[in-house]
Amino acid sequence: MVQNTNYKRLPRRSAPRNDNRGMSNIKLKINDKEIECESGQTIMEAALANDIYIPGLCGHPDFPHKANCRVCVVEIDSGMNPGQGGQGKLMTSCSTLVREGMIVKTDTDRVKKSRNLNIELIFAEHIEKCATCIWRVNCKLLDLADRYKILLTTFKDRKGKRKTYRFSNAVEIDGTQCIDCRNCIDACSQMQKINYLELQGKGVEQEIIPTGDKKIDCIYCGQCALHCPVGSAQEQSSWEDVEKALKDGKKTVVAQISSAALVSIGEEFKEPADDSLYKKIYSALRQLGFKYVFDDSLPNVISAARGALGILNHEYGQTIITSSCPAWVKYAHFYRPELEGKFLNLRSPHMIGGGIIKSYLAKEKNINKDDLTVVSILPCTAAKFEIERKELKEGGKRVDHVLTVRELAWMIKKNRIELNKLAEGEKDTLTSEEIKAPMMGASGGETEMVFQTANYLSNSKKNDKLEQEKGILYAASGVKEIAIEIPGRIMHVAVVNGIGNIIPVLDNLKKYDFIEVMACPGGCAGGGGQAFPTNDKLRKQRLGLLRGLDKADDDGKMQSAVLDWLEKNNLENETLYKVI
Amino acid sequence: MSILDKIKEANLVGRGGASFPTAVKWEAVKNAPGDKKFVICNFSEGEPGVKKDHYILEHYPEKVIDGIKLAMEFLNADKGYVYINPEYHKEFFEKLSELTKETKIEIFKKPHEAGYVGGEESTALNVIEGTRAEPRLRPPFPVTKGLWGCPTLINNVETFFNVSLVNSGDYKKMRFYTISGEAQKKGVYEFPEDYAIERVLKETGNFPDFSFFVQVGGDGSGEVLSDQQLAKLAGGAGSITIHKPGKKKPKELMEDWINFFYSESCGQCTTCREGTYRLKEILASNKPNWTMFLDLLKNLKETAFCGLGSVVPVPIFSYIENVLIINEQTDEEVKNLVEAYKKFKI
Repeated sequence: MVQNTNYKRLPRRSAPRNDNRGMSNIKLKINDKEIECESGQTIMEAALANDIYIPGLCGHPDFPHKANCRVCVVEIDSGMNPGQGGQGKLMTSCSTLVREGMIVKTDTDRVKKSRNLNIELIFAEHIEKCATCIWRVNCKLLDLADRYKILLTTFKDRKGKRKTYRFSNAVEIDGTQCIDCRNCIDACSQMQKINYLELQGKGVEQEIIPTGDKKIDCIYCGQCALHCPVGSAQEQSSWEDVEKALKDGKKTVVAQISSAALVSIGEEFKEPADDSLYKKIYSALRQLGFKYVFDDSLPNVISAARGALGILNHEYGQTIITSSCPAWVKYAHFYRPELEGKFLNLRSPHMIGGGIIKSYLAKEKNINKDDLTVVSILPCTAAKFEIERKELKEGGKRVDHVLTVRELAWMIKKNRIELNKLAEGEKDTLTSEEIKAPMMGASGGETEMVFQTANYLSNSKKNDKLEQEKGILYAASGVKEIAIEIPGRIMHVAVVNGIGNIIPVLDNLKKYDFIEVMACPGGCAGGGGQAFPTNDKLRKQRLGLLRGLDKADDDGKMQSAVLDWLEKNNLENETLYKVI
Repeated sequence: MSILDKIKEANLVGRGGASFPTAVKWEAVKNAPGDKKFVICNFSEGEPGVKKDHYILEHYPEKVIDGIKLAMEFLNADKGYVYINPEYHKEFFEKLSELTKETKIEIFKKPHEAGYVGGEESTALNVIEGTRAEPRLRPPFPVTKGLWGCPTLINNVETFFNVSLVNSGDYKKMRFYTISGEAQKKGVYEFPEDYAIERVLKETGNFPDFSFFVQVGGDGSGEVLSDQQLAKLAGGAGSITIHKPGKKKPKELMEDWINFFYSESCGQCTTCREGTYRLKEILASNKPNWTMFLDLLKNLKETAFCGLGSVVPVPIFSYIENVLIINEQTDEEVKNLVEAYKKFKI
């Protein structure tokens, strides 16, 4: 008899959230308020929809509920507690479904007592490092302490000697701050299917650790950080280095902000995203001391044009794979080195941008390359790793630092810059003509952009069928398959939205002529360096905003012009992606 | 008469500790939709002070296997498991292998690290599936979504033993009692299930000639009763452990209980993981904060994830209520505890 003894694996949890949802309407009472809601909802969901706040730390709408923090407990009238024999413990509202006639109380003395005690117990798991913690500005623990007037120090901190595990220079898990909610494991295993993080030990000894399995490696996607409620899993911060550069009088510091960061950063300030806000963000960057501020339109057009050439020159029977997502590239290098020759010969957009800034801008403005610091602002943690890859540093670093959306928001708040009071600013441009950006950063975006450009470049026309079908490309999740015509042939395309869906596609590589991969769900709109929180609703909202930024003309002239410009200025090397 | 009707007529209840009506469980699995169904005989017996499953396997292994077979037949189950703790595995593996030859019953050795919580039924499912030894969120319950999401019947060894007796017409409403602690004749005894604790102790020659108290239903989670409260039945897993007052100081006794739960806590939920840690910390301090101690215990009852977490307060609350309060206390700390308890709302 063979027994599986991989006890580090977490149990599978059943009951996805939407089981039986919306089958019928249900009436219940929460805190004496009559509420009507759909069946299949949890008490917490029904309460939140009716402006009744119930706190919770371990739940995330991207995952089946775990109910392990025990902070969302509520009192349910006797006889209504399934499986509790009527006597009734308190119930976790995150995992208990609404039932007809239920009477729920969220603020009785009994509830308060247990809820507050559990919060106090959790506080003692998390060492406060508020002074330099970028999560401070939206810290759930500080919020709870303030809301319920709970001491952070009822119990002595018990995790002071825990290790910090650093994953390259991109992401880290600081054991002194972990509250054992396990969202990072869900992100790494259930969502991304990487299984790099494991839970070791039991009871108070339990600890999140990187696996010892040499066949598994972190791809730095940062989904653990994006789903950690308390900043224990987080990006390895670069804002201190950026601040230092900004204060260094000798340095000319340049920012390039990606569209996917531009559309979401307003969330951190509760400001609606529109052109006016984007312009205020440019102002904020200048106020922080950035001498030049670029968006990603030029590198995106370059990506589109170069990618299109890649397709048009593509050899029949060979599969082309995108290379713009650094977490995906890391995945491929580690898990599928045989894919080497199949990548589009392209760096990721911000690396292209960085290269052009370091060469073209330096020459134009007569700045010594060594005095130029390029900072990319991206919803990405893997890019922090990418800029340090030695094959991409050849001939000097193109990008010196990567800030996540959260880090930039923190810098703005920390410097007490009031975004909504700023005057609208303008971005800088490198070309004489204004570049209208096609869309990158959404899963499916690169495919649309590259194939439309291929069409433009070969016959100056738009691919109308693709235009009609692009809804398929942008569909919310999973793998999307579509056949796209380019002059002379039809290409079979797979768009992989989230690295967790990659295996079946790679196993059927020969089926496809072109594969786009974004490691994070939704692409950069759901990137590991995105604004906090991130959930499906926000990912969709950001995707919508990204599509709004797509202002590319339909004649392909811009792409041609940019290719000419690259050639004229001898910048082609700055766009090449070389895998060694 | 069908086996289910026989079980109903005999009013069988589970002998794992929760005394859940056996027929209800069997019917629930029977009625649950699913192509595959499983049967698990829980032979982990992780509750300290309980040895009756061991005794049954020692004396009536063929009856237990017969009970499992009856359940598998009734449910048309694909596979059965005897889920067995590692010490018992060493002892019984050969015998059980012999008895389950050419059946669809597998002897599954519970790994050592699964510990006490590994005996909890939904944890057993995880352990068999090869994942972390932790209880599952309910609902769904094992009867509808158990092993690999299939309807699964989990019963204790003694329950399957009783099923076999019921089937052959030999069930006499007896049960097994484990007697230990300061007893003259420790051991496992079989008596009618309606015997009071006092009678069990007397008929086994174990009734102490000193004043004493007992812990009933397990040395971990069992309730503490004074020697004046012995008209009760020995519920749960049917163990009676005799304590001699003064042999251990109250604080030492409480430390034993808390240390047990602390070291067996799986760590899944805040309440138990952090709660038992803080309880241990309070007991170790020079000036225990008894109010916090009681609050933490009550919180376990109120918000622990699983049944094992919510019973942590049972031995301690009942010990204070039934023993400490009614006897005059001289120790300052114990007095403070009793005072705090009197002011405390359970």
